[in-house]
Amino acid sequence: MHFGPHLLLAALEGLVTSAVLALTALGLSLVFGVMRVVNVAHGEFFMLGAVLAWAISTAISGHPALGFLAALVLAPLIVGLIALVSERLVLSRLNYNPEATIVATIGMLYIIQQLALTFYGPEARPVEPPFSYRILLPWFGYSGYKLSIIAASALLLMATWFVLTRTKIGLVMRATQYDSETAQAFGIPVDRVYAGVFALGAMLAAVAAVLIVPISQAHYLMGQDPLLLSFIVVIIGGLGSLRGTVVAAVFIGLSDGIISVFFSPTLAKIIATLLVAMVLVFRPQGLFGTASR
Amino acid sequence: MKEASPAKAYALHLGVIALLFALSFVLLEYHHGLLARIMVLAVFAMGYNMLFGYVGLLSLGHAMFFSAGLYGAGLAVIHLGWSVPAAFAAGLACGALLALVIGLLALRTSGVAFMIVTMMFAQVFYLIILYFAAWTGGDQGLVVPQSGRVLVLGDTSLGLTNPTVRYMSALVLFSIVLLVTLGTVRSRYGRVLVAIRENDERTKMLGYDIFSNKLVAVVVSGTICAASGAAYALLFGYVGSTFASVQYSILPLLWVLLGGAATTLGPLIGTLFMYYVVDITSGYTSAYLLIVGIALILLVLFFPRGILGTIRQRWLGWLP
Repeated sequence: MHFGPHLLLAALEGLVTSAVLALTALGLSLVFGVMRVVNVAHGEFFMLGAVLAWAISTAISGHPALGFLAALVLAPLIVGLIALVSERLVLSRLNYNPEATIVATIGMLYIIQQLALTFYGPEARPVEPPFSYRILLPWFGYSGYKLSIIAASALLLMATWFVLTRTKIGLVMRATQYDSETAQAFGIPVDRVYAGVFALGAMLAAVAAVLIVPISQAHYLMGQDPLLLSFIVVIIGGLGSLRGTVVAAVFIGLSDGIISVFFSPTLAKIIATLLVAMVLVFRPQGLFGTASR
Repeated sequence: MKEASPAKAYALHLGVIALLFALSFVLLEYHHGLLARIMVLAVFAMGYNMLFGYVGLLSLGHAMFFSAGLYGAGLAVIHLGWSVPAAFAAGLACGALLALVIGLLALRTSGVAFMIVTMMFAQVFYLIILYFAAWTGGDQGLVVPQSGRVLVLGDTSLGLTNPTVRYMSALVLFSIVLLVTLGTVRSRYGRVLVAIRENDERTKMLGYDIFSNKLVAVVVSGTICAASGAAYALLFGYVGSTFASVQYSILPLLWVLLGGAATTLGPLIGTLFMYYVVDITSGYTSAYLLIVGIALILLVLFFPRGILGTIRQRWLGWLP
């Protein structure tokens, strides 16, 4: 294969990564933006989504699309419920103190990971894709399912954008983000908004995981890379900015896809992590964000 | 908080050291070895407490300082054939230098950004260890040869593999760091650190240079952690990338939270307690991370002051 088609393949793979990453990072960004909580367990919600997708799709017999669709609906709901319960039981009682919540979410990370290992096991398990149509390009055939991931993610991102900017729910969320005390004074049930946002963030990660699991595989440690990458995306895109998150996700996904084709993945990770740490040190509002209030 | 007379505070700490010395002759072999390890790791926790407890800076990357000492000392013995004191010094120097660089960068941020930046730098350090697997042994790690772990003092040579020598070396390091910590927190400088933790704006207004005071604290904390790492490499003879992973940045946080942040003896108590909890439960289940997770959540929810912090608040106000 020549360089051009090779690059196109790397770019397509990168776009699939970006699509999933944008959803996951958006969840992290929403939770941080509205609640000021750094959710270290976010990657574990992603992992839970994938593991549940495996469990649901194997439980349902018949056409693989049936099991997949059930997983796409049920897995995020279950994950959202788990997030809701843990928010009510733990985070709300800490009054959203940033340091205490970080420690608590680290605790959640260990608990979820260990429970997944105990009940799901150390194996990586595949989920059958809902359809296996291949699109034939002049140089190579490309999985139609992967392209549909990009479309599904774009759709979900637009839906989130619509909810945030054009509906009453979004208005309430933005008001809480802007000034939670004043919002409370205006009769907005701030604690319920927080609980909802935390669940929503976890659900976005779970949806992303269900979408990716037919082409990657469910494993109990799979939450670590998405967590790191989401942090990177959210930091570069500017915290709490939807547009910045999407732009950064596409940028990181594409460069990750292209760099890992040509360089050692460890070296790529070292450079990426170091660069992001430097962004955080010297330009904490993000590359695309405006100066913080 | 009531102020202790210096004699009372020092008597308590010397008493603890004497108790640990006496235990060396009573303990069964298994617990003897475990306690030596706990004392070395308690030094790690004390280094962490210096920054977290007294300055209020929550770092999620202290594994890099521990492993800088670990690899600094271990690799000096393995590749360069240095003597034990020289290798220990090399470990300290690596930790101090790394802490200086990280401090200069990370202290430009605060709060949540500080936690994430330190975590990312530690991750970079961890990946670098994996990337240079030819020298560091990667995730397999390296064994420090027994021949290199001999401390020569004048005419006598002490093998650090001998359990008694190992225990006493760990105790010496622990005692020095404990007394240095006690001295520091009772000094003028220690009070400035607490003032920064409580209200940095006001401390700044009183004319103190916040940045350089914090930087010194980061370097001191990093060097103490590196001392623990260097001692670990020399006493237990193994260096591995696990010690640089995120988990080893979380563990000192857990130990300090459990024992009581900003108490001088808290790190020892937290490390001791957690080590035995994990040791006992690992007999029943392999899921020890589950216990770490539950312990973290229960601590921040119901017990944010830790064991000694609560005792100080309720009964013994003079506890340093």
